[in-house]
Amino acid sequence: MNADGTVNRAALPAIFNPEDLKALEMALQVKEQLGDTEVVVLTMGPERAATIIRESLSRGADRGIIISDARFAGSDTLATSYALSCAISKIGQVDLVMGGRQAIDGDTAQVGPQVAEKLNLPQITYAERLVAVDGKSITVTRRLDNGVETVQAPLPALVTVTASAADCRYPHAHRLLRFAKTRPEIWNADDVNPDFSRLGKNGSPTKVKKIDNVVLAHKESQRVGDNKEELNALMATLVADHIVG
Amino acid sequence: MNFYSDNDVLKFYLQHPEMKKIAALKEQGFVDHGTFDDAPADAEEALENYDRVMDLVGEIAGDVVAPNAEAVDHEGPRVENGRVVYAAGTQQNHDTLRQAGLYGFSLPRKYNGLNFPYVAYIMTSDIIARADVGFATIWGLQDCAETISTFASEELKQRFIPRIYEGATCSMDLTEPDAGSDLQSVRLKATLDEKAGCWRLNGVKRFITNGDADIHLVLARSEEGTTDGRGLSYFVYDRAEGGLTVRRIENKMGIKGSPTAELVFNNAPAYLIGERRMGLIKYVMTLMNDARLGVGSQSVGLCEACCREAEAYAAEREQFGHAINQFAAVRDLLTTMRARTDAARSLLYETARMVDTYKAYEAKGSMTADERKDYKHALRWADLLTPILKLSSSEFSNRNAYDCIQVHGGSGFMKEYACERLYRDARILSIYEGTSQLQVVAATKGIVNGGYLAMIEEYDAREIDASLHPLRNLLRMATADYRKLFEMQEKYAGDEYDFKRMLTDTLAGIIMGYLLIDDVNRQLNDTTLQVRSLLPSARHMCAYAYSESQRSVAMCTAFAEQM
Repeated sequence: MNADGTVNRAALPAIFNPEDLKALEMALQVKEQLGDTEVVVLTMGPERAATIIRESLSRGADRGIIISDARFAGSDTLATSYALSCAISKIGQVDLVMGGRQAIDGDTAQVGPQVAEKLNLPQITYAERLVAVDGKSITVTRRLDNGVETVQAPLPALVTVTASAADCRYPHAHRLLRFAKTRPEIWNADDVNPDFSRLGKNGSPTKVKKIDNVVLAHKESQRVGDNKEELNALMATLVADHIVG
Repeated sequence: MNFYSDNDVLKFYLQHPEMKKIAALKEQGFVDHGTFDDAPADAEEALENYDRVMDLVGEIAGDVVAPNAEAVDHEGPRVENGRVVYAAGTQQNHDTLRQAGLYGFSLPRKYNGLNFPYVAYIMTSDIIARADVGFATIWGLQDCAETISTFASEELKQRFIPRIYEGATCSMDLTEPDAGSDLQSVRLKATLDEKAGCWRLNGVKRFITNGDADIHLVLARSEEGTTDGRGLSYFVYDRAEGGLTVRRIENKMGIKGSPTAELVFNNAPAYLIGERRMGLIKYVMTLMNDARLGVGSQSVGLCEACCREAEAYAAEREQFGHAINQFAAVRDLLTTMRARTDAARSLLYETARMVDTYKAYEAKGSMTADERKDYKHALRWADLLTPILKLSSSEFSNRNAYDCIQVHGGSGFMKEYACERLYRDARILSIYEGTSQLQVVAATKGIVNGGYLAMIEEYDAREIDASLHPLRNLLRMATADYRKLFEMQEKYAGDEYDFKRMLTDTLAGIIMGYLLIDDVNRQLNDTTLQVRSLLPSARHMCAYAYSESQRSVAMCTAFAEQM
């Protein structure tokens, strides 16, 4: 953590966000179904993120771009989605933007929807399985709390993929070697033609006051005091419920 | 779990000083660089490539193959409409490795192979066998491509080899009801069908591993009226062309995921590999040595699995208020198991390096005088080491499986723990591709002509750190015993085979002892190597070698006196 409550990414190892990996798999499935398609992986972060790009290429992506610039530092979801949407506009004719539902650090699940808003794209969140895709539309199932919904969106569209989607395929041995030393394209802030006031800390209305570690507890958990009475009461309940005894 | 990165000894063997030479030989001066975008520019990069791909194999072994092993053992393959259907987990293992582009490991790049050396290929087998030795048999049969690549015509190569990269499965059809260890008795008939431009196979094969494979290599009698090995030729058969029925699959004790089939060939079309009459005496003999190296790697993988299971259980299980790995009696079992594993593995990679070296020279063709010397040396050592490896590693794997259950106590006798499956899986390793007894026979030539003694002298002449001299002295004493034993041969009153077995076991201990000393010496000289110390295992193996030699000498002397 930085003193100001933002995440010090330079101190973290570059890992592939698990849900982004699932989004990559769905993108590769789209490519398999449509054929003539280019899968471009875009990430914002330090240049170390090159390992993520190489991994994507070894798993089947065609091209990788990192947007990296000190002027992006301190971005909240609003500034992040703005920077990414500028980069996507620069990539050009994009039919589908796919990403993980959320990152494992911030847990906000806001970046995908915000990118869709900025690019004026229809969005499907919590996508679990690709049902069909053609040049005009995409159909996927969405995983909801109490069921599965099948939805269709016209292209271009944005899809965020949820944790229960299929795991990403393994790297392909030949690609692993071919791209082992590839240096991905790195774009800085100037390259994506932004409104500079909307980048980084300046463009981030979210100010984190404080971050605490929490001990996770089950929703239905119940705290029992470490005294004889409460423990006896617990035992009596367990016996009455036929859980013990 | 990653079965490569969690086992640092593997990388230690990939970094062996000989590996740069082997990479350069295998890459023939790095000619592919520039033509193929995954070909390395130099030895350094080649070694990095091996490491990268091994990491991928380790991940698949740890995350896919190992978790599938138990269900595969229960479910096993089945026959449906005359075809073998793999257990679901077996199919998933195969598909995952295929999609990762890993089949065709040592094949040339023009056939989509990775052109990796044997050391790397054998390491994949070591890694995969630790996850599931039954699946390792299916993975290992891609070796058939090597036979086609080395001996078959260009036309057959073009037809069959690319399919192996795409995931076509393979089998080696040698055994028949009356031809097991004695392959000269093979009867399956091959007749030339000139009109159709192929041969026709008729007869029965039995105990065929992965017997319903897409591509079969079949040993058959092409010369009517002959009865010995010189009447046999080697054929490649394409399952898609029909004429083959799977009569049944065996209900086995272990490696249950690997289908073992009885096959009936009925006018099946097949194509001759290489020359007639060379089937057994040249081609099968060559691939048999490769197959023995393969079983060596399976045995080492299984030894490793036993160590891991036993170590994990002993750390967790508490008795008398302590984890049982705190008790000397249990620790003794664990260190012995670890020593067997390390010793067999060191021998495995030494053998693989020799095979790599001689095969790479053969592929290269022309050699300078020095290279020819190196080639002959490697070839001789590969032949000497292979039976010792097959014998020792497979016997060790069985002892490790036994001890693994012992560490588990009563729980190990229950089906809940993996050690029970490992115990059953280990049992075939000292049988197939030549029994332990046949390995002793195969080692006889090197014993009689002094090949092994010359090898030991060469090991002994290597400079080592002074701290290792006491261990080397143990091996010198064991070698003196070996010479003594050799001289007693004529006086020995017991069975001749018995005597050979004693000599072979003594030799194996000495050779593994020297190899581990070599490894520890490398660890002492290069502190950048991040690997656990092999010294405890080296100590154990040197002591073992000396105790084997002493026991043998004492026994022979007593027998001679008693006469």
